Amino acid sequence: MNVHVTGNDVDERTLAIVRALKGLEGPLLPILHEIQAEFGYVPQECLPVIARELNLSRAEVHGVVTFYHDYRDHPAGRHVLKLCRAEACQSMGGDDLAERVKALLGIDFHQTTLDGAVTLEPVYCLGLCSCAPAAMLDGAVHGRLDIDGAKDLIAEARR
Amino acid sequence: MTARIYIPRDAAALALGADKVADAAAREIAARGLDAVIVRNGSRGMHWLEPLVEVETPIGRLAYGPVRAADVASLFDAGLADGGPHPLCLGLTEEIPFLKSQTRLTFARCGVTDPLSLTDYKAHGGLKGLEKAVAMAPADIVKDVTDSGLRGRGGAGFPTGIKWKTVLDAQGPQKYIVCNADEGDSGTFADRMIMEGDPFVLIEGMAIAGIATGATKGYVYTRSEYPHAIAAMQAAVGIARAAGVLGANVLGSGKAFDMEIRTGAGAYVCGEETALLNSLEGKRGIVRAKPPLPALQGFLGRPTVVNNVISLASVPVIMDKGAAYYRDFGMGRSRGTIPIQIAGNVKRGGLYETAFGLTLGEIVDTIGGGTASGRPVKAVQVGGPLGAYFPRALFDTPFDYEAFAAKDGLIGHAGITVFDDTADMLKQARFAMEFCAVESCGKCTPCRIGSTRGVETADRIARGIEPEKNRELLADLCNTMKFGSLCALGGFTPYPVLSAMTHFPEDFSPSPLVEAAE
Repeated sequence: MNVHVTGNDVDERTLAIVRALKGLEGPLLPILHEIQAEFGYVPQECLPVIARELNLSRAEVHGVVTFYHDYRDHPAGRHVLKLCRAEACQSMGGDDLAERVKALLGIDFHQTTLDGAVTLEPVYCLGLCSCAPAAMLDGAVHGRLDIDGAKDLIAEARR
Repeated sequence: MTARIYIPRDAAALALGADKVADAAAREIAARGLDAVIVRNGSRGMHWLEPLVEVETPIGRLAYGPVRAADVASLFDAGLADGGPHPLCLGLTEEIPFLKSQTRLTFARCGVTDPLSLTDYKAHGGLKGLEKAVAMAPADIVKDVTDSGLRGRGGAGFPTGIKWKTVLDAQGPQKYIVCNADEGDSGTFADRMIMEGDPFVLIEGMAIAGIATGATKGYVYTRSEYPHAIAAMQAAVGIARAAGVLGANVLGSGKAFDMEIRTGAGAYVCGEETALLNSLEGKRGIVRAKPPLPALQGFLGRPTVVNNVISLASVPVIMDKGAAYYRDFGMGRSRGTIPIQIAGNVKRGGLYETAFGLTLGEIVDTIGGGTASGRPVKAVQVGGPLGAYFPRALFDTPFDYEAFAAKDGLIGHAGITVFDDTADMLKQARFAMEFCAVESCGKCTPCRIGSTRGVETADRIARGIEPEKNRELLADLCNTMKFGSLCALGGFTPYPVLSAMTHFPEDFSPSPLVEAAE
């Protein structure tokens, strides 16, 4: 992932996204989703551009970005592994699985492995509660995950 | 004749390897030169059998499951395309007891059809409700929905027809239909399944709601955790628009209705309707005080119907078959059917649509088959993270809004999460508070601060520090949160906490911790 974007470049790409979407009713979340898809996170430099184009204060945009769990203020690792922490997954040993995955990766939730391969995140329900414990690696879902399955996923991510 | 082989595209099936099964099946079909097509259908809801492969035969659809990619070659060796015998064969799909004993009204097509084939949708009774609705006066549609007894399936159970009437009678430059598809409750997946398995039924329900209330614009607000549902809905909206089901001239009626799919950004509280509206407007997902009701001042301050996915998806069958047909199912003031989602530590997990009135015990023991681990059932949480934990002693409670309320519980979005006897209910109570602390929007003090104090108090009980005093404190805190919070997040977090304390007191009396000497 190229995170070394120059200031001007961020401005231009942000402006293109905002102008394409500002005609929507309630455009801010769709814009932020696109920004994150474009840059891998929501760079601080985007905020004044968005604020100016939507006629909002910079503080309002900042408030929205920080309210939602999805928006990152720095890039994630090459892959994002989300483990469900909610009740249905707990009932099938999800807590224990999460502890073992953390130990395996040597990181806690919200952290990235030193090799930059995997960011581990908690998620509260993937709607896979009938095949718990559940996880999502990037966009792909995995059910009835055990430690061996988790090892396979991590190996896949590190390849 | 071309054989039709069904392999689900539902996320639960994908999570269990359905794509690999489909890839393997495609390779076998090509290698063997078979005259067969693969249809990626929704899920039948029997998730312990996923990936469930079906094949059309002269006597009906035969089911095979659970199928792993490694089984595929042997299935074709056994003549899968013609419904050949195989150890994984489960017989006729419709005869599997879990499916046969259901009453499928809302989920009638889910798992049966190709979700993105409008032709398939129409061939299975789709669009009949909307065809009737466009020829009716708006007030008559609202009356039918009111007479059906349909209540909000999101959890609050508010009569859908009455909400629609408020919006119909409201004045405004623009009215909206907002579908709450922010299905964040653990143990629930009905919204996800219908969006992935029969997206046109939701589109049809929203179009009917629009025509009934004079709203010409609709939004589905769903979760970023549901990428497959988002993709299915977006594709289905495009198909519906191209076919004239949506647009300026719905089914040639001259009436307009169109819709967009919007994605949340990982905030549980946005499942609360006013927080959802703020989020849809591009603001922080903070709960609004009511009044004003969203029906009068909702999205952008304009009259707005906010309904759950299942409420809206139940409307087409009501319009098609009539209010009386729907109302005749159910008990008391809970009319029609409810898609019960059986989840967690359970042998037969999945979606079970039935009339209201089954007892909790029937659902967990008979239909669900007890725990997956084979250990005794200790507790079931009904209604998601804000729902109460029920012990076996309350398994005679009928599945009905009022009956659950009478036992200090709620049916919520009808998710049931089963726990075996290894569950620690103090830990579950602590988690309820922790979840509330993570997800609180911060508007109300009891929710924002009370949840954190709740975690600390539960921790003190766990460490054996003045347990009696701290149990009292936790109960008192719950009382404050219940009555002092604006919305259900702070207001209902006490349900799992208090029910765990009431029904499982032994877990709240840990033996005092002996401090280890350093």
